[in-house]
Amino acid sequence: MMNRATLDLWVGLFVAIGLGSLLFLALKVGNLSFASGGETYQLQAKFDNIGGLKVRGAVKSAGVVVGRVSQIHLDPEAFVAVVTMHVDNRYKFPRDTFATINTSGLLGEQYIGFDVGGDAEMLKDGDTVKKTQSAVVLEKLISQFMFDKAAGDGGNAKK
Amino acid sequence: MADSQKSKAAASLQKQRDSLASPRGTGSQGPKLEPGKSPLAHILTKLGHGVTDRLWRLGFAAHFFVAVLLNSGTALRRFQLTIREIYFSGTLSIIIILVSGLFVGMVLGLQGYDTLERYGSSEALGVLVALSLVRELGPVVAGLLFASRAGAAITAEIGLMKATEQISAMEMMAVNPIARVVAPRFWAGVISMPLLAALFSAMGIFGGYLVGVRLIGVDAGSFWSQMQATVDFREDILNGVIKSFVFGILISWIAVFEGYDADPTAEGVSRATTRTVVTSSLSILAADFILTAFMFRGS
Repeated sequence: MMNRATLDLWVGLFVAIGLGSLLFLALKVGNLSFASGGETYQLQAKFDNIGGLKVRGAVKSAGVVVGRVSQIHLDPEAFVAVVTMHVDNRYKFPRDTFATINTSGLLGEQYIGFDVGGDAEMLKDGDTVKKTQSAVVLEKLISQFMFDKAAGDGGNAKK
Repeated sequence: MADSQKSKAAASLQKQRDSLASPRGTGSQGPKLEPGKSPLAHILTKLGHGVTDRLWRLGFAAHFFVAVLLNSGTALRRFQLTIREIYFSGTLSIIIILVSGLFVGMVLGLQGYDTLERYGSSEALGVLVALSLVRELGPVVAGLLFASRAGAAITAEIGLMKATEQISAMEMMAVNPIARVVAPRFWAGVISMPLLAALFSAMGIFGGYLVGVRLIGVDAGSFWSQMQATVDFREDILNGVIKSFVFGILISWIAVFEGYDADPTAEGVSRATTRTVVTSSLSILAADFILTAFMFRGS
């Protein structure tokens, strides 16, 4: 039988390796810093169409992730989508910030982009972003293009 | 105080042995065919016997689980007992976990690259490797390996102790075998399993990095940054840890139970070892489905 000190050493090594890999997962893979710096404030925005936006989608400004989408629901009276976001406390945005739904790449995830305005007053916790632009729905774009094309061709044929 | 605890433990032990003895003795060979009965009644009797037997066994396993929890005071107070078992089931499993984690990660890297390349998004390889390891493969494969590497050993050890009457000898000396033998092994398994699963995931991600970035040449920056942007600590990593913790409880419970319940013969121990591996593998997969359904539904 192994003596006690050696046994303790090996078990200590095992636990250290295990905790080390957990730390690696948390910091290097999971990027814990954002989740734990959890000081956030809440903003809302209304969109006619959110396309494929999902809860936990990113909120970006100038390409930098500044927050996450926390909740999406339909306003039962106006029939518009209400998106609730948690934005990092370190970042403040002017009141006339423009919220758009963008797609990263052709088939990528959809995220909310903030185009910053020039207002001196900043958005506070619980505020609603007034100016929004809906997601671009690819099918609508294509069908619009097709109709335009067809209409154009018809005009040519008449001439 | 210690005396009353001991007598209580002895009483619960006695109760366990009684419950172990009574229904089992009546007929593990199955009911005999009585001449007056119709074949249908015979089949139904057989079915009923099978069902009650399994239910009884499940109940006994639950009873045993509670007994282990109630008697784990010694294992946690004299932690040296548990440390010794962590060495056997945890430290000695490191090599197999490291090697299989590395290979699983490398295979994920190759296969994932092959598929993602078709859609021109090979930079998402890091996300694919990390999410599949942290959420699913890490806990599940590490659990399966742990069940066959350490669970089987625990069952065989306890079963053999029972077969060579070491357990009975302990009871003779008023040492509670559940507190002295079973609980340290149970807790060692519960402690080791999450650590091994984390190690497996980390190693797998390293393997995916080796193949994806070093061998194939995916951009290292986007490999890591896309991974970090997508993998969430609470949603993905913590849920993976919870999964591996649950699997640790399941495997250790099944292993110590099968060992303690084994028939004290060479054949009985071998059967119990087989049952440990089969039952814990199946329950890992079933529990994984249930946990996944709760954790990742509709997010």
